[in-house]
Amino acid sequence: MSTSPKTLFAKVWDAHVVRSIPDGPDVLLIDRHFIHEVTSPVAFLGLESRGLSVLFPEKTFATADHNTPTINQHLPVEDPLSAIQLKALETNSAKYGISHWGLGNPKNGIVHVVGPENGITLPGMTIVCGDSHTSTHGAFGAIAFGIGTSEVEMVLSSQCIMQPRAKSMRIVVNGQLNKGVLPKDVILYIIAQLSAAGATGYFVEYAGEVFEQMSMEGRMTVCNMSIEMGARGGMIAPDATTINYIKGREKAPKGEAWDKAVEYWSTLHTDEGASFDKEYTFNAADIEPMITFGTNPGMGIGISQQIPVSHEIGSGKSSYEKSLTYMGFQEAEPMLGKKVDFVFVGSCTNGRIEDFRAFASIVKGRKKADNITAWIVPGSHIVEQQIKEEGILDILTEAGFQLRQPGCSACLAMNDDKIPAGKYAVSTSNRNFEGRQGPGARTLLASPLVAAAAAVTGVVTDPRQLM
Amino acid sequence: MAYDKFTVLRSSAVPMPIENVDTDQIIPARFLKATERKGFGDNLFRDWRYNNDNSPKQDFVLNNPIYSGKILVSGKNFGSGSSREHAAWAIYDYGFRCVVSSFFADIFKGNSLNVGILPVQVSAAFLDKIFTAIEADPKAELEVNLPEQTITILATGEKESFDINGYKKHNLMNGFDDIDYLQSMKEEIKEFTSKSLY
Ligand code: SF4
Repeated sequence: MSTSPKTLFAKVWDAHVVRSIPDGPDVLLIDRHFIHEVTSPVAFLGLESRGLSVLFPEKTFATADHNTPTINQHLPVEDPLSAIQLKALETNSAKYGISHWGLGNPKNGIVHVVGPENGITLPGMTIVCGDSHTSTHGAFGAIAFGIGTSEVEMVLSSQCIMQPRAKSMRIVVNGQLNKGVLPKDVILYIIAQLSAAGATGYFVEYAGEVFEQMSMEGRMTVCNMSIEMGARGGMIAPDATTINYIKGREKAPKGEAWDKAVEYWSTLHTDEGASFDKEYTFNAADIEPMITFGTNPGMGIGISQQIPVSHEIGSGKSSYEKSLTYMGFQEAEPMLGKKVDFVFVGSCTNGRIEDFRAFASIVKGRKKADNITAWIVPGSHIVEQQIKEEGILDILTEAGFQLRQPGCSACLAMNDDKIPAGKYAVSTSNRNFEGRQGPGARTLLASPLVAAAAAVTGVVTDPRQLM
Repeated sequence: MAYDKFTVLRSSAVPMPIENVDTDQIIPARFLKATERKGFGDNLFRDWRYNNDNSPKQDFVLNNPIYSGKILVSGKNFGSGSSREHAAWAIYDYGFRCVVSSFFADIFKGNSLNVGILPVQVSAAFLDKIFTAIEADPKAELEVNLPEQTITILATGEKESFDINGYKKHNLMNGFDDIDYLQSMKEEIKEFTSKSLY
């Protein structure tokens, strides 16, 4: 065994390589596979047409989330196509013996929220799902990334995928975060620095004081958006915070298995002297609450700043102008004070309990602005339950907000939760692409605090003024 | 899913000099509701291609009859965003076999190769030359030679080579896919899994 220092990524990757193909990809064993209704049906059809079966059904978990309604979940799903996809997930899961948390199941919720909260996601695992925000699970020190439907079929039939090893990048953020700055701001800041393609080809490890002090919820928010700078995924070394979060969760190891696991997890960190293909270091003090103004997540600025003028942008002037035209914004305008029509709190980026606590901390004792339509959508039933138990629901109701039922909702607007054309939405989700939240919708990505400030004032507002 | 073998492709190309073309533009989420892989080409670039009343938008390149071909040429960072393989299916189903750009998003690149589309990454300078050639003659042909790993602008003879790993190249040239490969090593996988912690 070689003793040369290794990165966290290399330790986990190497432990899963079944075979390395010369001048080709590695065959990588997958420990956990999540599936949902949208990207799995064609994979199951593929299995059938080849006469294959599911090799290890106990390693795959199904949950319905992408196109589920967020009201009246007890009623039959109205949209016929969505209903067929949901039925297909249920039937395929039953047929192959895969555990399935469908609509109405108390464990149901967004795939990247329910995996961790039920102890399915553990440090040192390889985790995949036909969804790019699978990178969320990297918060536990797992190698987690999104795959296409052909790969879903590979994992079902062989528990492996074939991928070349990514290059390694470390992003260090040191110092203390300013008041009003949340993990969402940290990752929006990093993406703005690196651009929406700045980490393509890399697997990122986040390190430094800011991440060491961050909760698991916050780490998940950060790792979730790794894909938005093009990275294959992001990960954070497991520590006491990780272990405390996992302990006692339903599917987490117990007894002797727990002790053995914790011992293994303690080896999962980058060794001193290990080298990365690329490293960035940022200072926490430079980060303020962030907001995006354009049509990719790299187009973000501090909330008190002005929209950059195109000649300050390195390249792609015409794409930049196209983007501002879509948004209805001008160069050099301030973001503060801009009118907002919708506020969306939810998604696998910011649909966990801490996000609703943050939102409630601002709306408490205030009222929803009249011009705002708000969609407040928990990431799972467990989160929904916590919202009720902690009294957050009362705060929301008093301020004029309603709580919807769990699902992806307006994050990708596959269900009825669509932002109308031309309207502005401050959203805690992860993508501001053209039409992402509905054809013609204009998305401003931000933290739950910024969303709350917009929800009670009706315009883009610095949350620090309300704290 | 079987796809056509790829060796040498000679075709005119459709130019789309836009950067950061993301998967939500290639195929918007509301068209992901099929349970079969069928008909995705009709909704390729849906919101750029059609108005709300389904009439074609005249200024979008796919609606301009002077451009056609099996090669799509796009600005840098093509295919960013979601893992939806539907994006690659839509491109394939529409009739493209090759996408040329100066930069591709990772997941899209992997998905393309898995469904039989060749992503060709060229230098920014060469990409400009392609756009210029198509501007001069909308029917200008490109030759994409997979065995040689080269792309040539036939009108000028300008040529650049591109990278692809040997395994994927072999698959594409023979119409094989990873599932066949993985099936052939099932026993090795089972043995490996029996020793794994999870
Ligand atoms: S919440 Fe949005 S990003 Fe997350 S899994 Fe659902 S659709 Fe994907």
